Amino acid sequence: MNKSNTVFFKNAPRILSSAAVCGSKESEGIIGSYADITLADDMFGESTYEKAECKMLSSAISLVIEKSGLKEENIDVLLSGDLLNQIISASFAARDFTFPFLGLYSACSTMSESILLGAALVDGGYVKTAVCATGSHFASAERQYRYPLELGCTRPPQAQWTVTGAGGLLLGRSDKGIRVTCGTMGRVCDFGVTDVNNMGAAMAPAAADTIIRHFRDTQTGPEDFDLILTGDLGALGSRIVKDLTWEKGFDISNNHVDCGEIIYKVIESEFQGGSGAGCSATVLNSYILTKMNAGLYKRVLFAATGALLSTVSSGQGESIPCISHAVRLEV
Amino acid sequence: MTGRTRENYNRNYLNYVKTQDPPTKHLKNCAAAFGVGGLICCIGQFIRYMFMYAGLTGDELAGATSVVLIFIGCFLTGLGVYDRIGRYAGAGSIVPITGFANSVTSPAIEFKTEGWIYGMAAKMFTVAGAIIVFGVFSGVLVGLIYYFI
Amino acid sequence: MVQAEILDILFTYLKAFAVGGGICLIAQFIINFTDLTAGKILVYFMLAGVVLTAIGVYQPLVEFAGAGATVPISGFGYLLANGAMKGAEKGFFYAITGSLTAASAGVTAAVVFAFIMALIFKSRTKRN
Repeated sequence: MNKSNTVFFKNAPRILSSAAVCGSKESEGIIGSYADITLADDMFGESTYEKAECKMLSSAISLVIEKSGLKEENIDVLLSGDLLNQIISASFAARDFTFPFLGLYSACSTMSESILLGAALVDGGYVKTAVCATGSHFASAERQYRYPLELGCTRPPQAQWTVTGAGGLLLGRSDKGIRVTCGTMGRVCDFGVTDVNNMGAAMAPAAADTIIRHFRDTQTGPEDFDLILTGDLGALGSRIVKDLTWEKGFDISNNHVDCGEIIYKVIESEFQGGSGAGCSATVLNSYILTKMNAGLYKRVLFAATGALLSTVSSGQGESIPCISHAVRLEV
Repeated sequence: MTGRTRENYNRNYLNYVKTQDPPTKHLKNCAAAFGVGGLICCIGQFIRYMFMYAGLTGDELAGATSVVLIFIGCFLTGLGVYDRIGRYAGAGSIVPITGFANSVTSPAIEFKTEGWIYGMAAKMFTVAGAIIVFGVFSGVLVGLIYYFI
Repeated sequence: MVQAEILDILFTYLKAFAVGGGICLIAQFIINFTDLTAGKILVYFMLAGVVLTAIGVYQPLVEFAGAGATVPISGFGYLLANGAMKGAEKGFFYAITGSLTAASAGVTAAVVFAFIMALIFKSRTKRN
């Protein structure tokens, strides 16, 4: 129980650049003015939504490299994943580039998992630079996990809206930029939630578990952070995670922010807020990192959460196992 | 945490989650379902009257009415309107025969990117197939029961 | 005389509205209080239509409410069961084929129109 699952990066890899691409609906919200590309049309000029998702991801990766001033041959590895079966968006996006690709699947927590692994690779000196990126698309996720788009079914009040967007960042060694100082690897938590529409309640225990373990492993508390950023718990999940951490003696209510909760302008009409891998990826890589570079936030704990379910498992009545990985970002 | 303790813990958590659930708007939902469902039935009645004036009777009349309603359902689905009605009306637009048309058309449109045969045609009945299967099975059962008594 | 006819027609619409809306209301009630999805609701209501027709409850409802009882999916079940019952009078073979024969118009229309719509339209993403 008391074993530490937190890895410390002594050489503190830094975020050299970041980029985000977001859909038209997302661009109306908080990230609109911070994203690098906002799509006027969710198809992105492609014939299918899957192709559009793939193009968003590869645009985000290209932009990250371009903004860092490096060339494609200077990039050592790409760590990426997405929500679709066999992570097709990430692997198809990787075919546009010449550097190696490590595919990850951690559902909506792919962003923090890729930062954690990328930072470990850079810190250990195995690679000089690593691109971490992920994305999701409302239409492709909806069709894979739920129903066809045109089916006239109601969305229950617990439901969330999958974010159309992609984001990425470049990790490397440098003497300026935001540092990734440590990260806590997540454990799979399953509290028996079977309602696939209630992702917030399913994922909140995983987020709470990882956040609390991070505090214990690093002997810190909520007051040491300017911001505790979770991925896509939504309004309901955020309430639950605050309750769960409070129960264990940590009060995060003052500095906890959820990407899903803030991404859309009017939360009531989107029910609980945004979800999907693209949710934390776009918010972190545009809004949060810009604010950190400006010095508004000095220390951020980024704990994205992911629900590791598939349509097969939920069809067979399995509950939803969830995971959360945390990384600490410091200016 | 294994076995019974885990089960208990989960039950506690699920009970707690229930208390946090956002409230369902029962009154609004039910009123919308009643109104829209009733309206669709009235449209059906109107079509029925029209065919009656055209001189159709019996099975022909019932068949023609449902064909027109199904066409309306399919067409509104194609235009992308039906799911908006569904978002608002819930069961009011699911339960009428137009909802059946919607559940056939929506996967057909959605999955045509995966090819005409394995995409559009094969997945056309992903939702509505169950209705056909159970309908035919129960229909045969009723037929057999009536035949033997 | 004319006035009576108009009143009669209006009353028919009212009955259709009330019964059809009522069936949808029951479905909405079930959706609200359980976690049944749209597909399951459709199947259960269709089966309910079959059973109610078989025990002879649905036929009077159809006569009373007209489209109010035939337009909801339970009316599809009514069609199936009615076809089977009529077929059973004709013989063993028709007892089996009767239900689908009666429902053939609806199923054929759904397949044909869905096909045509798939030819014409593309699915579009949603913004709300």
